[in-house]
Amino acid sequence: MRHIISVLLENEAGALSRVAGLFSARGYNIESLTVAPTEDKSMSRMTIVTRGSNDVVEQITKQLNKLIEVVKVVDLSEAAHIERELMLIKVRAGAKEREDMKRMADIFRGRVIDVSDNTYTIELTGDGHKLDAFIEAIDPALIVETVRTGTSGIGRGNRVLKA
Amino acid sequence: MDRIKALELSGAEIVVRCLQEEGVECIFGYPGGAVLYIYDALFKQDKVRHVLVRHEQGAAHAADGYARSSGKVGVCLVTSGPGLTNAVTGIATAYLDSIPMVVLVGQVPTKAIGEDAFQEVDTVGITRPCVKHNFLVKDVKDLAVTIKKAFHIAQTGRPGPVLVDIPKDLTAQDCEFLYPDSVSMRSYSPITRGHAGQIKKAAKLLLEAKRPVIYAGGGVILSNASDRLTELVRLLGVPCTNTLMGLGGFPGTDPLSLGMLGMHGTYEANMAMQHCDVLLAVGARFDDRVIGDPEHFAQNRRKIIHVDIDPSSISKRVKVDVPVVGNVDDVLAELLKLAKAEACGNAAALDDWWRQIAEWRARNCLRYDRASSIIKPQYVIEKLYEVTGGDAYVTSDVGQHQMWAAQFYKFDKPRRWINSGGLGTMGFGLPSAMGVQLAHPGATVACVTGESSIQMCIQELSTCKQYRLPIKIINLNNRYMGMVRQWQQFFHGNRYSESYMDALPDFVKLAEGYGHRGLKVERPEDVEPALREVFARKDELVFVDFVTDQTENVYPMVAAGKGITEMIFAEDL
Repeated sequence: MRHIISVLLENEAGALSRVAGLFSARGYNIESLTVAPTEDKSMSRMTIVTRGSNDVVEQITKQLNKLIEVVKVVDLSEAAHIERELMLIKVRAGAKEREDMKRMADIFRGRVIDVSDNTYTIELTGDGHKLDAFIEAIDPALIVETVRTGTSGIGRGNRVLKA
Repeated sequence: MDRIKALELSGAEIVVRCLQEEGVECIFGYPGGAVLYIYDALFKQDKVRHVLVRHEQGAAHAADGYARSSGKVGVCLVTSGPGLTNAVTGIATAYLDSIPMVVLVGQVPTKAIGEDAFQEVDTVGITRPCVKHNFLVKDVKDLAVTIKKAFHIAQTGRPGPVLVDIPKDLTAQDCEFLYPDSVSMRSYSPITRGHAGQIKKAAKLLLEAKRPVIYAGGGVILSNASDRLTELVRLLGVPCTNTLMGLGGFPGTDPLSLGMLGMHGTYEANMAMQHCDVLLAVGARFDDRVIGDPEHFAQNRRKIIHVDIDPSSISKRVKVDVPVVGNVDDVLAELLKLAKAEACGNAAALDDWWRQIAEWRARNCLRYDRASSIIKPQYVIEKLYEVTGGDAYVTSDVGQHQMWAAQFYKFDKPRRWINSGGLGTMGFGLPSAMGVQLAHPGATVACVTGESSIQMCIQELSTCKQYRLPIKIINLNNRYMGMVRQWQQFFHGNRYSESYMDALPDFVKLAEGYGHRGLKVERPEDVEPALREVFARKDELVFVDFVTDQTENVYPMVAAGKGITEMIFAEDL
C-alpha cells in the first residue's frame, strides 16, 4: 500500500543523507521525497512517499524516529490529508499545436509560464494522478521535458505536525 | 553552565578536558597527522590514560571490551583517513551489539575537506550506517557541546557508538571552554519507563501461564538488570534461557536456567521456546540466529510479551501481543512489584511443564566424546571453567570456539562474557580482552580464540607487552576455520574450500617473539595441569596453544533458515 510519511527534522547538513541511507540500507522503497526548511529555519519538513505492507511501514516510521536528527514522524495516509505535487512540463507548441495545447492546459487548470517559437512550458499542480492524467492526455511525441517535485502532504483540519 | 570563569583553551585541550569532565580514565588510540594537537594535549596532562594499540581496529575493540565489562562508555581516538577506516570494523561491532562508545576522529583541516586531501575520507559518510549518531564539528565553539552530546547519546536509550569528526584546524584554535552539565535535544528523548497498563497485562499473562519461558538478551546486561531478572525468575519459578549476548544475565548454574538458545542453543531451551504458552522476551530481538525461521516459530501459538528500549526491535521479525517499550531494569522492577503482590497461580501446571523440560534435558544435547585421545575443545572450556572457578572475564573471537565457550563456561555474573554477537567479528577477542583487563586490573581475563581468529589482530600482543596485561590466551587450534569447515561438511558436500589454514605460525615462538610466554598442549591429560600453571602466573600473558580435534563440530545445530526445533545432534552424523 502507498503511504505518505511526513518527517520533521533538524535542518542540518547530512540529515537528508541519513534518511536516504536508512531507506537504501534496509531495502525500503522511496517513490518520491521532498524536503525544504519550514517557517522555523532550524527545522526541515520532509514528505516521503513509499510503498509497503503495514508491518514494513510501521518499521519505517520506527526507524525514522530512531534517527537522532528526526524530531517527529507521522504517516499522513493514516487519516484525512491533502497532497500536492508540482509539475513543470515543456511541450512542443508550434503554430499547429498551440491552440490545442493551451486548451488542454486550461482544462487541467495549468498555466503557461514560458513561451518560445515552438514550445510552451506549463505549470501544473495537483495530486500525482492529476499530473499523470495530463501526461496521458497529450500526445507523447509532443513532450519535450518533464520535471516533477514529488508529493508534499499536510493533514486536514486541526491535524498538525509540530515540534 | 555555571562555571565562575570561562577558560580559554585550544580545541585540542578542550577535547582532553571534555574527557576529564566525563570521568574518562582510559582511552585507546593511535596517533597521526590530523590528531597531533590532541596527542600534544594528552601528553601535557595525566588524568586521562592513553593506551597505544598497534592497529586502529584494536583501539575500537579495546574501547568496546572496556565498555562491555565495566558499563562505562568506551573511548577511542584515531586519525583521519586510514586511521578511521581501520577502526570501522570495531565501530560496526559495537553498533551491532549496542555498546556505548565515543569515537574521536581527526579530520583534515576544514578548508581542505572535499579536496581529496592527504588522508582524507568522508568519515561521517562512511560510518553513518554503523553508528548510533555522528557529528562533524565545524566550529571550535561547538566542540565541547558536541562531545557532551556524544557521551549523552552513546549511553542513553539503546546504547551505541557515537563518532565525533574533528578537523585539525579546530584543534589549534583557541576558544572559551564551558562544559555543560547536561544537554537536551528536542529530537532525542528516549523512552525509559514502560507503560503501566502494558506491564499489568504482562504480569497477568505471566502469572496465569501454564508453560512460561523467559528469554533474556543482551539488553538485560546493558541495563544492569540481571539482579532484577534473577529475582523475577526465581520468584515465579519459571525457566529462563539466555541469548549469546545475554549469558550471565541470569546465572548459568541456576537449575532454572535452560542455558543458551538458538542456532547452537540447548535442545531444552529451543524446545521450551517453541512449546511455551507465554513467552517473556526481555532485551532480546528475536534475531535469525535465535529463532531461526520466523514462520516455523509462529506455527506454535503463544502469547509474547516483549520488553525492549528500542521500539523498532518490537514486532520486527515476530509479532508480539504485549509490547512494553522501556528500560529493561525499570520494567522488570514494575513487573516484580506486581508479581509479588499476586499469588503465583498455576503450581500444578508449572510442575507438568518442568517435568516436560526435564525430559528434554535428559537428552543431554551437549555431550561429547570424553574418551578421546585427542584434545576435545569442549573439554578445554570445561577445565577452563573449573580452573578459573567460573569467575573469569572471558572474551572470545568468532567461530566454533566462541560457541563452545558460550555452551560450556557457565556464566553466573553479567559483563563476564565478552563476544561479538551481532557482527561476528573475528579479531575481536584479544583487543577486547585488553580493554577488559584495563578496566579490571586485578581480574582474571581469558581470551578464548582459534588459530584463524587470533591472527586477525595478533599485533596487539605487542600492546599487551607494553602495558603488562596478563591476559591468558586459550587458542583452540584445529588448523581449520572450524565453523566454516563445519558448514562445508554439513551443507557443501565436504568440500573444504579455503578453510584449511596452511603454514600456521609456531604460536609458542610467536608469543615469545612478542616477549610473552608460550605453551603448547597436545594431550588431554595435560590440559588441566597446563591451565593450572598458566592461571597461577598472575602477572604475565601466557599464550596456550591447544592442539584440538580437527573434526569436532558444534552441536546441537539449527541450520540457517530452519525452525529452532529442527536440530542436528552429534549422534545424527
